[in-house]
Amino acid sequence: MSKHLRPNTAQNSSKQSVERSLSDEFASDLVCGRFSSWTTVMASDYDGEQRRIPLRLRSEWSDVTPVPQDDGPNPVVPIAYTEEFTEVMDYFRAVYFADERSPRALSLTTEAINFNAGNYTVWHFRRLLLESLKADLHSELEFLEDIAKGNSKNYQIWHHRRWVAEKLGPQATNRELEFTKTILSMDAKHYHAWSHRQWVLQALGGWEAELDYCGELLEEDIFNNSAWNQRYFVITRSPILGGLKALRESEVHYTVEAIMVHPENESPWRYLRGLYKGDTSSWVNDPQVASVCLKVLHSKNNHVFALSTLLDLICHGFQPNQEFRDAVDALKTSDFDKQDPDLAGNVCSILERVDPIRANYWVWRKSILSQAA
Amino acid sequence: MDPAKGSSPTVTQRDQWMVESQVYDIYHLFATIPPNAQSVMLELLRDRHMEFLIKGLTHLGSAFCVLDANRPWLCYWILHSIALLGESVDDEMETNAIDFLNRCQDPNGGYGGGPGQMPHLATTYAAINALITLGGEKSLASINRDKLSNFLRRMKQPSGGFRMHDEGEIDVRACYTAISVASVLNILDDELIQNVGDYIVSCQTYEGGIAGEPGSEAHGGYTYCGLATMILINKVNRLDLPRLLEWVVFRQGKECGFQGRTNKLVDGCYSFWQGGVVALLQKLCFVINKQMASPDSQEESLDGTSYDESCRSGQTDSSNSYPVDFNNIGYRFIKECGAEEHLFHSIALQQYILLCSQEQEGGLRDKPGKRRDFYHTCYCLSGLSLCQYSWSKYPDSPPLPKAVLGPYSNLLEPTHPLFNVVIERYYEAHEFFSKL
Repeated sequence: MSKHLRPNTAQNSSKQSVERSLSDEFASDLVCGRFSSWTTVMASDYDGEQRRIPLRLRSEWSDVTPVPQDDGPNPVVPIAYTEEFTEVMDYFRAVYFADERSPRALSLTTEAINFNAGNYTVWHFRRLLLESLKADLHSELEFLEDIAKGNSKNYQIWHHRRWVAEKLGPQATNRELEFTKTILSMDAKHYHAWSHRQWVLQALGGWEAELDYCGELLEEDIFNNSAWNQRYFVITRSPILGGLKALRESEVHYTVEAIMVHPENESPWRYLRGLYKGDTSSWVNDPQVASVCLKVLHSKNNHVFALSTLLDLICHGFQPNQEFRDAVDALKTSDFDKQDPDLAGNVCSILERVDPIRANYWVWRKSILSQAA
Repeated sequence: MDPAKGSSPTVTQRDQWMVESQVYDIYHLFATIPPNAQSVMLELLRDRHMEFLIKGLTHLGSAFCVLDANRPWLCYWILHSIALLGESVDDEMETNAIDFLNRCQDPNGGYGGGPGQMPHLATTYAAINALITLGGEKSLASINRDKLSNFLRRMKQPSGGFRMHDEGEIDVRACYTAISVASVLNILDDELIQNVGDYIVSCQTYEGGIAGEPGSEAHGGYTYCGLATMILINKVNRLDLPRLLEWVVFRQGKECGFQGRTNKLVDGCYSFWQGGVVALLQKLCFVINKQMASPDSQEESLDGTSYDESCRSGQTDSSNSYPVDFNNIGYRFIKECGAEEHLFHSIALQQYILLCSQEQEGGLRDKPGKRRDFYHTCYCLSGLSLCQYSWSKYPDSPPLPKAVLGPYSNLLEPTHPLFNVVIERYYEAHEFFSKL
């Protein structure tokens, strides 16, 4: 990056706090974007003597008249922009409104993105420029990597990256898989990174090692639901593995093992159910499903998911034998109503007691049972 | 999966335990103080929240440069929070807000993140909701509906999805913001709805919730967007609603608040996104019951029966031959179909919002240890309002005191669960745009 890009960092600490407060989850997904990676990118090599030179003092911009923002006389939610921010955006508006497809316009978008990577208009114009100027897209990926180092939970970065990778085609596959891997090594549940990775696999390929990658991440953190989701994505969509039905047996085995280690882990329970999506009768009739429920019920510990799975099985026609009735009976407490002759009803009652945050839901499930009967 | 590994905690476990311990400390403190101190602790700090919100309308520091492409969102988060608190802004501020949002309106339709920025569906949604929240002829008449309609059609994709902006990304958020805006402005029609249902259905995951794109992970924000969209286009029965419900009730955890995804941390903003999903599903019990009664029909294909028809006739009728009045669905959703069940723990959620999300200096937050912001203030308050009215048959009838945690003065204005604007303002907008 050129010395032109060096910012005044006075406001960085408060800026970071806004970024942090908004960096969570859906804030990043619903709103258009919200951070600049400036601090992190520049802080390490910031040098007070090499201050950023204002655009108005750069000879190459002398012919351009900046266009101020049309905020009106009394704007609401007015932002106390820094002088540099205002200047960059004023020049950006000038080139954007004039649709100037020039190298200097491209470098101006770099500056604007460094100040606010959430400005989708700037990114959009940058794509037009990259096309018009037939710019090198590999260095564009490098630029994106720099930006993402600060805070990668930004919609624009990932949309832009998808656009670049799509232009590059299959030659970009490995780099994209590696890039997402790096991001996921810092945040293994990064929503945008996973979406991008799925897009890469589907659009460019590279499925070969993906199931192993999921396995590695699950080995590290068996509670990582994003890795379970990716595993599901691979077994249902990989063109080389043969599809869900071909893999079901081994996947059930893997999942049951995971459940037995941590019966309180919701992810494998959901995954197990997912393995029979669209094939309820196999789910109801596979002895491995009923058996994992029974084993967990016998352990008398962390059995909410075992009970709820059993309830769903019964609702879908599963015929529980005496062993299930005994296991459920053993979970009742002395002060607990034992009059309910119906096993599903008993399961609901136990869940109502052991899972109080969902008591209303279990009461309702029970009421549905009697309606059906 | 060596069982021995079970003994050394994973990242997920460690993060979870840390949050649990912070939250339990607060609940423990609460449990040990006398009742009068408890009710003080449960009080909604109205004045301080107002102070924080009004300040934001009139001045934002330079740190907000990073939100420069989200200014209609800032308007909506703040104005909607103020409206939920039963307050309003003065005439001058109202005029200024209308004028400012108008400067974000693109000559070819839609609203951008600030003056001179490209129109974007998310900021369009925010601007429209902000203008409806302001209310009044001048505000509502400032919306160029014809151009906006063109913009929506320009964003529409043959797959059924929408792009966020010209050449922008396609996802479930885009569907919701487009359909919500079209519905409330009375410009929703068959063309705009074409294939939207297919797209949303393709995003429902094996877990039961809805993802941002096909293949991604089920997520609270997208699940709200997807479900609300399906209701607004009269196709909700195409989703697997029993699985959706089961997924969402499991998102409320021991901390009493909601998490966004399985095995992720609690966050106050999901009080609205996930709480909103339950609030919507509570009104769809009839459809859910029906799907549960014939669970295996799911696999062949859901019969396409609409919530709309089921509600009125109580019968399955797969023919959608008569024209549906899409623009009244949002209105009838809250006016009719009063029969509903109570499916989540609304008192527990209110406890999380009041004790863990409120900052003493005003404003609300994700979780203890995080800082307040306008986004979380808006969605924590929206979730709180949903909770308070969740026992009410109609959202405009005042709830019983037992439904409101803390002093009854905590009661907020009711919000429309499909659009998230205060009901009274929604009625005004509905009437205004029905006449156009």
